[in-house]
Amino acid sequence: MSELIVNELSCQRGYNNLFSELSFSLTSGEILRISGANGSGKTSLLKILAGLSGAECGSVSYNKNQAGSSEYQETIVYLGHLPALSPELCCRENLNYLSHLQSDNTSDQITAALIAIGLKGYEYEYAANLSAGQKRRVVLASLFINTTPIWLLDEPFTALDSDGIAILEKQINKHSENGGICILTTHQDCNLANMRTLSL
Amino acid sequence: MNIFMQTLTRDLKMALRNPSSFLNPLLFFVIAISLFPLAIGPEAHTLSNIAPGIIWVTCMLAVLLSLNALFHTDYDNGVLEQMVISHHPLPLLLLAKTTAHWLLTGLPIVLLSPLLGAALFLDSESIGVLMLTLLLATPSLSLIGAIGASLIVGIKNSGMLLSLLILPLYTPILIFASSAVSQAQFDLSISAQLYFLASILILSLMGSPFISALALKTSLE
Repeated sequence: MSELIVNELSCQRGYNNLFSELSFSLTSGEILRISGANGSGKTSLLKILAGLSGAECGSVSYNKNQAGSSEYQETIVYLGHLPALSPELCCRENLNYLSHLQSDNTSDQITAALIAIGLKGYEYEYAANLSAGQKRRVVLASLFINTTPIWLLDEPFTALDSDGIAILEKQINKHSENGGICILTTHQDCNLANMRTLSL
Repeated sequence: MNIFMQTLTRDLKMALRNPSSFLNPLLFFVIAISLFPLAIGPEAHTLSNIAPGIIWVTCMLAVLLSLNALFHTDYDNGVLEQMVISHHPLPLLLLAKTTAHWLLTGLPIVLLSPLLGAALFLDSESIGVLMLTLLLATPSLSLIGAIGASLIVGIKNSGMLLSLLILPLYTPILIFASSAVSQAQFDLSISAQLYFLASILILSLMGSPFISALALKTSLE
């Protein structure tokens, strides 16, 4: 059984102690929503889980692989606040590069993913010409391509319309049914099965 | 296609679609050098004496000018973040970006140099040596520059800081390269300088991707 274990994690930013001795574990198929006020450390927690920044103390591991090791990094996808798109590249090129950075096991279905997220007809549009919601959709389309078990999504519903939110919720539910783990932060109500909430 | 080639072609594609980003330093290189004969006077003897120094100093400043953009755009739009958390080795990704930087800055400078050498009355043999030193040393300029660029990536308006960090590391290259060209003008042996430039290149090729990766991870935390 695959298990993501977070053990006695503490995080400090500036003079503020965001959280200390935070422990939880997630098994296949579970979805965790991290809730909390602005500045409570939701993004910091996700960045630690993504191996992007270090914690003051504590450890994160998945199947005994520590966060930061290349075995661990291969199992995660992290989509943060920044769109991770280059304005000079078109949607297809952006998504192709992003999905190759995230995982080796990418199917060659860039166009299918863009259609699934609702960007049919925009495949060759430069990212510079997209709206905020469309940019977010391009990045989220990588979730339709890769097969990594852990998804870390920081405010994935921001800038999406109700149709986009429904598509994303469906994809997260499907991921969980396939035995994937998803950790997300959001201030919106979301319609996800098998979801727990963690308050910071 | 492996991730090295993908990163390289991506960077080249982005640069070619936004050509002002890499043409600016090249234009600076050409314009700055062609101003010297106007200011100093068209005397062949004087110009050919100072040509190695002028070309090498200008080349260094042109590379320095181009370094700011090396990581900044990818940092601003979040692609760098994805590179850092990727399971691919970060040094390999950075080496690909640095290679793209050399192809867009160093290589055009090497190719432009015979023209500018001729404009400063360098004889054909010295022009050959000039091109050789540029070919050996501009990759080191890109590699060492990448270390500086990754250290300052999170800092706004950091142009001055970058020069302070990088120029001291560039000076050995400047000294060996320009003295090689000067000595070639008097038919003296230049093998010592070339060996030094080659060893600097190997050293920076071995070290720079790893040091830049460490610096980037620290900057992004």
